[in-house]
Amino acid sequence: MSQPTGYIHSYTTGSSHDGPGLRTVVWTTGCHYRCQYCHNPDTWHLKGGHEVTVDSVVAEVARHASFMRYTGGGVTISGGEPLVQAPFVMSVLRGCKERGIHTALDTNGFFGDRLSDDELRLADLVLLDIKSWDPDTHLRVAGVEVGPTLAFARRLAALARPAWVRFVLVQGLTDDPANIAGLADFVAGLPNVERVEVLPFHQLGRAKWEQLGRDYPLADTQPATAEATLRAAEIFRARGLHTI
Amino acid sequence: MHPYLEPQTCVDPGSAWRTFTPGAWSTSIAVRDFIQYQYSPYDGDASFLAGPTERTTRLWAELSELFTLERAKGVLDVSQIPSSITAHDPGYIDRDLELIVGLQTEKPLRRAIFPYGGWRMVESSLESYGFPVEPQLREIFTKYRKTHNDGVFDAYTPEILRARRSHIVTGLPDAYGRGRIIGDYRRVALYGIDRLIAAKQDEKASIDAAHSSDEIIRDREELSEQIRALHELKEMALSYGYDLARPAATAREAVQWLYFAYLAAVKEQNGAAMSLGRTATFLDIYFERDLREGRIDEREAQELIDDFVIKLRIVRFLRTRDYDALFSGDPTWVTESLGGVGTDGRHLVTRTSFRFLQTLYNIGPSPEPNLTVFWSPDLPEGFKHFCAQVSIDTSAIQYESDELMRPTWGDDTAIACCVSAMSVGKQMQLFGARVNLAKCLLYAINGGRDEISGEQIGPESEPAGDEVLNFDEVMAKFDVQMDWLARVYVNALNCIHYMHDKYAYERIEMALHDYSPLRTMAFGIAGLSVVADSLAAIKYAQVRPVRDERGLVVDYITTGDFPTYGNNDDRADDLAVDMVGRFMEKLRQHPTYRNATHTQSVLTITSNVVYGKHTGNTPDGRRTGEPFAPGANPMHGRDTHGVVAAALSLAKLPYESAQDGISWTTSIVPSALGRNADEQVRNLAGVLDAYFAEGGFHINVNVLDREMLLDAVEHPERYPQLTIRVSGYAVNFIKLTREQQLDVINRTFHGGI
Repeated sequence: MSQPTGYIHSYTTGSSHDGPGLRTVVWTTGCHYRCQYCHNPDTWHLKGGHEVTVDSVVAEVARHASFMRYTGGGVTISGGEPLVQAPFVMSVLRGCKERGIHTALDTNGFFGDRLSDDELRLADLVLLDIKSWDPDTHLRVAGVEVGPTLAFARRLAALARPAWVRFVLVQGLTDDPANIAGLADFVAGLPNVERVEVLPFHQLGRAKWEQLGRDYPLADTQPATAEATLRAAEIFRARGLHTI
Repeated sequence: MHPYLEPQTCVDPGSAWRTFTPGAWSTSIAVRDFIQYQYSPYDGDASFLAGPTERTTRLWAELSELFTLERAKGVLDVSQIPSSITAHDPGYIDRDLELIVGLQTEKPLRRAIFPYGGWRMVESSLESYGFPVEPQLREIFTKYRKTHNDGVFDAYTPEILRARRSHIVTGLPDAYGRGRIIGDYRRVALYGIDRLIAAKQDEKASIDAAHSSDEIIRDREELSEQIRALHELKEMALSYGYDLARPAATAREAVQWLYFAYLAAVKEQNGAAMSLGRTATFLDIYFERDLREGRIDEREAQELIDDFVIKLRIVRFLRTRDYDALFSGDPTWVTESLGGVGTDGRHLVTRTSFRFLQTLYNIGPSPEPNLTVFWSPDLPEGFKHFCAQVSIDTSAIQYESDELMRPTWGDDTAIACCVSAMSVGKQMQLFGARVNLAKCLLYAINGGRDEISGEQIGPESEPAGDEVLNFDEVMAKFDVQMDWLARVYVNALNCIHYMHDKYAYERIEMALHDYSPLRTMAFGIAGLSVVADSLAAIKYAQVRPVRDERGLVVDYITTGDFPTYGNNDDRADDLAVDMVGRFMEKLRQHPTYRNATHTQSVLTITSNVVYGKHTGNTPDGRRTGEPFAPGANPMHGRDTHGVVAAALSLAKLPYESAQDGISWTTSIVPSALGRNADEQVRNLAGVLDAYFAEGGFHINVNVLDREMLLDAVEHPERYPQLTIRVSGYAVNFIKLTREQQLDVINRTFHGGI
């Protein structure tokens, strides 16, 4: 059987922002979302990445095993949208798990139904990115419907798979208190969610948009303030959610 | 009498050992054995610690006023009485407030002179800080009394002088005290001086029957000097009203006895590094007993350590302005080694290990004493987390691998200076600064000629041609130059240490060693990352030499990409690994003075800036005069893959070829460690676990933002105690020269781990 291959953009080692402990992050390419605030627009196109084998990815991740183990960390597959390459990504997760490495899948959940229940269990943790509760806002932010993401969230809950929900706070785009409250109410009904992360929008992606010659819709948007981030987090906390 | 100065011997002084379990230590001088029988490992967290007392805060405030005056003048005051154990009358900061007493001279921050290492150094130090030299003193040390410095230059060969002048062999301790010797100061507290004198007399008697060879005569004279120094230590302590003839009977006495012993060393020697040893867990035995016997409470225990540490923070030496500029202020390397695990598997962390770290909160961050944690994944969680917290809050402590040192040197090892491990009281080193390996590579390309002066310094050989450099040819030439460099280097150090023993022998420090300790001769290399990256450029890209009108290669045109050291890329890292092993092997070919064991360090202190200044363009793209990376660091800005990748590169360097230590300094932005304080502490502790489990030797961690440093450059008055780790030690940031501040700021600040 020939080696399964996939496309990745790069690796980050020692990330403290993509799951518990320090993570080795594999950035896959390919995403059909077009989030206005995307800080990795260079990962949108599948073939924009380089082709690698599953074994080479697992071996690269495993080089940092001690740092992952001692910090309670592991591997996080992010992107792009990893589930665009679901079979490849699942093979990587399986290979990592076989080496005793904690696995996390950072996904928008849109293609969640591509995974069997058994495959879902290959991710010790799902980092579920919900761009918006309000369907119109979601469509505006990401260019796609929110429905599949919410369905995936409910399925993870039904299977009791550990999950963290991540929500990006963008001034004038996702920061309507009603939108946040709607999302918080929904998440509060999911007992598998261990943590909510409110990620303040930043402008670190701007250079990439410019480099790619793309028109950056948020070029003039200010980063979310610490106060606004705190206020948004409070809305989640008020519903008993552990929120960072 | 002041309430702080209650009579302290409320126990019978004859019962100093009243509760101790006897063992081999009771009948011979064996401090480690004593510790192993008595100490109480502490598994808990930091919640028991006490804050500063009003007394501590007041005393520190009084000193802080003096620090401001000292900073303005460079040197506050000088005593021109040549320093010795008994040369100066007792001195106090504020007699009513001090718990632990003793100063190097009659006044705090008044510096002494130490002419035996070299008169020139004393004279230029006095002159550079505006103190007129007493003519009689000059006469004595130029006419009647020869110094170490004079002796060395009598014995140097023209070849050594050339190598020294062209900055390929540098920083040699040929004009000042060599340092890096740690007396076992604990012995004075445990046994009292009389018992130690008796033991030394026995050692001396043991060679009475030996034939009077050069070696035996030297040993007899040294032992006599050691005994004399012990008597002087007793006399000095008596002048403060303490009788050290007997062992210490309380915690306060134990600290005071130990401090007097250390004080005698810094009254006698201006060693480049005057480290303290591994005292916390030893002292803890006395603290535990006093706590049990109700003599002190936690507040008072902490107060004693705070007071002790205040004393260690004001150790001063008079050095030249150039020296201070080279080493970024005024380092004394009062290194104290904390933590670690014993050979029996019990960790060596005690409450007093925590108390030492707590001083960084009680009296604020400080570069001295140089608190050094011996890290092992097997340390208790509470201690690991407190260390990580202290690093995040103060950036003032460093970490070294207990996993590498314990099997090599035993579990009673301490660090001298930055990264030099030695078994306390059983081992000493002959310090040897370092050679500039990057310059040596340029000599290989230029047929042994110096790339700046054009002078023939190394062995003459065929220089590289005009075509693209061939890796194998360059390596062959480099190997020849390294052979030469190793030979010159060992020869220079042999001259230096012969003369240091003869003219500036460390009497009291060696009195607190066993007879005939293990001696190491500690060589060092600078420019490792420049060499590794340059060789990687030659091997993996195309490097074409550029000549000037003298026919000298002075620049390189490099086309193509090449891997760089510090990114966990074996192609480049293997070149660094090879260099370390290769040069070590070459050093081992040449016999050393007193048959010392050859060791090597990859450490530059802060002299990486000066090495860079004296080294031409290198094939890696570094420009003439640009600083090297410090120690074993990857070159600034080239370790682009984060802390984990850099750590894995560092961990590849073989400790067996660098047993004098491998130094790595890194800066991490706080937010990169985690999104909240708890995560940051856990992640940093985990990073340390992993780095040392992977075989890393040393790490300085600065947890800070570049913006704060930039602000401190502009507004030093806002950051009087801002402390940062530089290379095996810490400095007060605002005491750095602007050039050094910028060097620190230009280093990689990892935004991700």
